[in-house]
Amino acid sequence: MSITPEHPTALDRRTVLRRAAAVGLAVPAAGLLGACATSGGGEENEQVSGGTKSATNPLGIKEDAPIEVIIFNGGYGEKYATDVHEPLYKRAFPKSEVKHQATQAVSTVLQPRFAGGNPPEFVNNSGEKFLDFGALVNDGQLQDLTELWDAPSVHDPSKKVRDTVIPGIVEQGMFDTADGQRKPYVLYYVSTVYGIWYSGKLFKDNGWTAPTNWEQFTALCEQIKAKGITPYGYAGANAAYYQWNVILTQAAKIGGPDVLKNIDNLEDGAWKQEAVLQAAAAWAEIGAKYSDKSFEGLKHTDVQLRQNQGKLAFYPSGDWLENEQKKDTPAGFTYQLMPVPSLTASDKLPANAIRAAGGEGYFVSAKSKNPRGGMEYMRQMLSQEGARGFTETVGAATVVPAGSEGYQFPPGVASSQAALKAAGANVFNMMFDNWYKELDTEARTATNELMFGRINADAFAERIQKRADAIKKDSSVTKFKR
Amino acid sequence: MRHGKYPFVIGFLFVPVTLYVVFVIAPYAQAFQISMTNWRGLSAPQWVGFDNYRRLLDDGNFWKAIQHHGVLLLALPLITIAIALFFAFLLNVGGRSSGGQRQGVWGSKFYRVVFFFPQVLAVAIIAVLFQMVYRPNESGLINGVLMKLGLDPVLFLIKPNLALWSILAVLVWQAVGFYVVLFSAGMASIPTEIYEAAEMDGATRVTLFFRVTLPLLWDTLQVAWVYLGIAAFDAFAIVAVLSVDSGGPDGATTVLAMEIYRNAFVYSKYGYASAMGVALFFLTITFAALTLRLSKRESVEY
Repeated sequence: MSITPEHPTALDRRTVLRRAAAVGLAVPAAGLLGACATSGGGEENEQVSGGTKSATNPLGIKEDAPIEVIIFNGGYGEKYATDVHEPLYKRAFPKSEVKHQATQAVSTVLQPRFAGGNPPEFVNNSGEKFLDFGALVNDGQLQDLTELWDAPSVHDPSKKVRDTVIPGIVEQGMFDTADGQRKPYVLYYVSTVYGIWYSGKLFKDNGWTAPTNWEQFTALCEQIKAKGITPYGYAGANAAYYQWNVILTQAAKIGGPDVLKNIDNLEDGAWKQEAVLQAAAAWAEIGAKYSDKSFEGLKHTDVQLRQNQGKLAFYPSGDWLENEQKKDTPAGFTYQLMPVPSLTASDKLPANAIRAAGGEGYFVSAKSKNPRGGMEYMRQMLSQEGARGFTETVGAATVVPAGSEGYQFPPGVASSQAALKAAGANVFNMMFDNWYKELDTEARTATNELMFGRINADAFAERIQKRADAIKKDSSVTKFKR
Repeated sequence: MRHGKYPFVIGFLFVPVTLYVVFVIAPYAQAFQISMTNWRGLSAPQWVGFDNYRRLLDDGNFWKAIQHHGVLLLALPLITIAIALFFAFLLNVGGRSSGGQRQGVWGSKFYRVVFFFPQVLAVAIIAVLFQMVYRPNESGLINGVLMKLGLDPVLFLIKPNLALWSILAVLVWQAVGFYVVLFSAGMASIPTEIYEAAEMDGATRVTLFFRVTLPLLWDTLQVAWVYLGIAAFDAFAIVAVLSVDSGGPDGATTVLAMEIYRNAFVYSKYGYASAMGVALFFLTITFAALTLRLSKRESVEY
């Protein structure tokens, strides 16, 4: 999945209608096709032969072979593809043709293509209806990207592409194959930094500074509360995962990144680790003392708006927030990010440790006509020019640091990029919500129960652990390790 | 004439039956087939027999959904029919009688149109509207007023024991208009002589309602009951758009269609979702058959 401003289970009227229409169309179609709906495979696609490798064509693509590009038209739109990446590809290979398609329901459009053995070359697999990466890997549908990562970079041929991206990005897109190997299949392109956001102006006007430890944090919450502002809050109606992210980030700071690794790997008792319990208990208290009960019934945009109106001080989110709120943010608001404050003096990670990851997944279909063309498209995307164009179009940093060099980010993204730099090697990530959506759902529900005072930290850990155990036992769910 | 009868009949039936088989029967049959597999949407499905059904037995959310359908099944038809009957009675025969004709209350023509409004709106729009109505802070329609009066806001969709009733209220609000019209039509076809005769014998409005209107409307009531019962097995759109955390808090408002949606389109467990669909199919069929059987009663001829 992608970490994008789109919200996986958030349903608005339009998605419901769209979904209803899609189901209405799909069901009878399935009937007409008899038993075809579930039949995989189909005709094998005839693949184009390779071209000759050269300095400008290190992947050896056939220069006149067309590629088809599918873009998820969500938080980042499709302009970055049509205006930046596709022209770059066309410029490098003028004889080739790029067929562009944008969609808001990736799986609706692509499932029949994969089932029919005629998948497009390049896919931005993101949004609420993204295709399950695990299922794609298991089915052998994804192109092994090793060659791409080892190819020379466009803007600096002395470096391999893998050395031009943020450390950990290649690994983030690696999956275990059915025969026990581990290969890179997915490119995560957008750099996403998570933390707690506040208004620089509100804090400056009141002489408040961003806290780095728990005593400062709770003391400041008291002061904020005394001013009649809600100190902390997230939207329970559709964005509870913003809060489990905070709790688990806290847990990683207390017990080190392995706490999250255990959770991702579905280790026994991973959710009952001491660090998770401590973090959950601490945040449950924040929920009880410094939040507002009504937030459980609000959507993320409602709560974000309250922050813009100066009625809420701290709000947890990723650094897409500033772009998402562009229209509603009053002038001078100045979004600022602070890392989740340290809970104890004996925390394993320092106060500036932060969760950062690549968001927005892209893959190349192994069974498409021109998979090498798809990889070359990725190489163009990962060029300095491609990354810069993306950043200028959507205002977000990519995983290619060269692309954001010298770029004047708006204050929020600038602060998150600064926080990322300050964190140095103390950057961690978690994957379980991408790998096991059921676990994500359970964690969201349990987080609301915890933060709005219906259960305690033990019960919180207990119920998520129960679901994690069930998933571990479920043979129909593909398992991942990192 | 007799000679060409069968080709003639078959010729007429062929197209509709084919369409019905292709668009209704075949998808149903396929749901049964998929429910026996572990299909995740991409690779070929594997046969797992009754595994999915066995798993249903320990699925907490599935049983919560069934419970909620139980509540809705009792409350939705009862409340809706009671309110609709009351309104329909007032609109048609609740007013003064003029010239021996019983009439509706003053302004009944206007009310009739107003009551029908919710029926004209799309369900999703109603859900979005009620998001505003129920909003738990000062910008909510109800809570805004309460908070102005210095009262605590009512957390309609957030309190686990209140959430389902808040959803139910929307379902009732939406359905009442249609049944007012349905019952009005039924009442209009009751001969006025019966009312006149009853009135001459000294019947009050209450007696009129229970002794004349209700028995003569029985067939219409039965239809309403089945329709509302089936609606109680759905409720998906309202729950999906209106409830907190898609059927929350903690599954307090979830319904089977919501769980089917979640398992199919969020978890990509199409096999398991189909098993839920099959369960829902049998529940609905059983309900309809039971209601029609139990409410069978001699209808009054007039």
